[in-house]
Amino acid sequence: MTLLRKPWAWAWIAAVAVYAVTIAATAGASAAGLAQAAFTFAAFSVIVGLGQMFVITLGPGNVDLSIPATMTLAGTVALKFMDGADDRAVAGLAVALGIGAGVGLLNYALIKALRIPPIIATLALSFIVQSTAIWTNRGIRIKPPESLAAFSTGNLWGIPNLAIVAGLLTLAAWVLLERSAWGRRVTAIGQSPAAARRAGIAVDGVRLSTYVLCATLAGLCGFLLSCFSGGAALNMGAEYLLISIAVVVIGGSSVAGGNSNVPGIWGAALFLFLVVSMLNTYGFGAGPRMILTGIIIIAVILAASLRGRGAEGG
Amino acid sequence: MRLSPDLIRLAVPFLALAALLAGVFWLQPRAMSYTGLNLLFNLAVPIALATLAQMFIIAVNDLDLSMGAFVSFAACVTATFLHDTPVLGALILAASVAAYAALGVVIHLRGLPAIVVTLGMSFVWLGLAVMILPAPGGAAPAWLRALMTVRPPLLPMALAASILIALVAHLIIARSALGVLIRGVGGNERSVARAGWSVLRAKAAAYALAGLFGVLAGMALVGLTTSADANIALRYTLLSIAGVILGGGEFVGGRVSAVGAVVGALTLALAGSFLSFLRLSPDWQIGAQGAILILVLALRLGLDALERRRRGRA
Repeated sequence: MTLLRKPWAWAWIAAVAVYAVTIAATAGASAAGLAQAAFTFAAFSVIVGLGQMFVITLGPGNVDLSIPATMTLAGTVALKFMDGADDRAVAGLAVALGIGAGVGLLNYALIKALRIPPIIATLALSFIVQSTAIWTNRGIRIKPPESLAAFSTGNLWGIPNLAIVAGLLTLAAWVLLERSAWGRRVTAIGQSPAAARRAGIAVDGVRLSTYVLCATLAGLCGFLLSCFSGGAALNMGAEYLLISIAVVVIGGSSVAGGNSNVPGIWGAALFLFLVVSMLNTYGFGAGPRMILTGIIIIAVILAASLRGRGAEGG
Repeated sequence: MRLSPDLIRLAVPFLALAALLAGVFWLQPRAMSYTGLNLLFNLAVPIALATLAQMFIIAVNDLDLSMGAFVSFAACVTATFLHDTPVLGALILAASVAAYAALGVVIHLRGLPAIVVTLGMSFVWLGLAVMILPAPGGAAPAWLRALMTVRPPLLPMALAASILIALVAHLIIARSALGVLIRGVGGNERSVARAGWSVLRAKAAAYALAGLFGVLAGMALVGLTTSADANIALRYTLLSIAGVILGGGEFVGGRVSAVGAVVGALTLALAGSFLSFLRLSPDWQIGAQGAILILVLALRLGLDALERRRRGRA
């Protein structure tokens, strides 16, 4: 029963239940394929979700709205830089990560310099980043290098490579959040910035590194997504704004900050993908699919609020 | 002359709009006419209405991430049901306003995070919009088209309507008992409750007003564009938040200004036209809105600091 008390348990239970219902519709024929697809697509949500989780942990008002624009810019510029050449793959990755880190730095510079809520700073900057992406892209679709395309769509003993990458990042994020001094500081700031400052934590340094980490992960996600889908598209990040927030919250982390967990992000990411494929399998059109997705998100939040009011509310 | 911080707060958006307008006139003197202004502010009315809708939510310290999807939904209903079967259309729109009020009640009673609930609702509204209009289409009701294209004397429709809308919203939020109650909830929920007022009723009213203005935004949009599609107003979510902040609103504390919000919306609407006069590529249109947001916030910070220093010396 102690497992059920974990805040992340419900997202996993829901994911498994939806998986079972979907498999039942096809009499088990698609079990392996569906699992593979779910882990591949969940990997993207997990990578941005991990970054968003650290930002949300910092406390109320901390949300990074620039994730979609950062993904698009990083993917576009990296692919343009590599120009399909295999020997530039590593450098291209560095370009994508560098763009991410740069956006993160600018995000925090704006928050600090203008003393504005992070939502507004990241929103304003995302407009500029998105425009830069549109300007660099010019509607030309550049193919990723062969090696990267093969890597991002391939798998190792049946496990998608992307899921392995996301899994390793998840492990690192768990160690960072639960076992490192830095992670404890992030949580402390989320619970009370004033108390954290009095305790001698360099609040600005920790917040800065959190925003840089989040944007860097967004850059990585944009890089992988554009390699996976055979090119960068201007709207490729759009859906990840809502998803990055949804996986954190459905995964059982507190929206008010100061209380996050890593495993829930995987459960929620798998759950969100599987809900859509379940509704697809049962022949729902795009409209009803979206409506049900929305209702399910709200239902999960309601259920979470009924479960533990004191700790989760706010 | 002594300037109070509140006056500065209200003056900054006006200054930004005036500067932008001066820039446009300088680049293209012919814009300084009835027709020119009408073209410049063509889409300002729906943006202003959506910004006011967001303002009512921000006044109670919440944030609505579904505003764009909701305006799209209202536009789709207007272009189909309200055009074909006016009574049914009006009923659907009234029901959606009631749904907004119900959201406010649920969010308050269960202490749910508004960001996540509205995020879920954005899927619901979008799904409904897609079901109503799977492909772009529909038609504007004749009376609505006539209303939006009326040519009043002296001032173009877009500006005259904006002034009227700002005035009405100002009376609601700043001068009426309900408005005081709504801002009171944003300022200090507990003391409002202790004073014997119903916080629940205030939140329901704020959300209902947001729903009402969101519906009006959708209707105005269809009146201008004569048709609708499910994605017509998705950008309004972020634009409306930016407009409220541009107009001097704050995320917490019930500090909002209806006049400021409308001016903020006009500024954002003008930013796009300004670029085309500069002969800059439309790629930068979104980026310009972000840059203006940053500039205005920097300006406000600078004026605040100046004012504080002067007061310190006195």
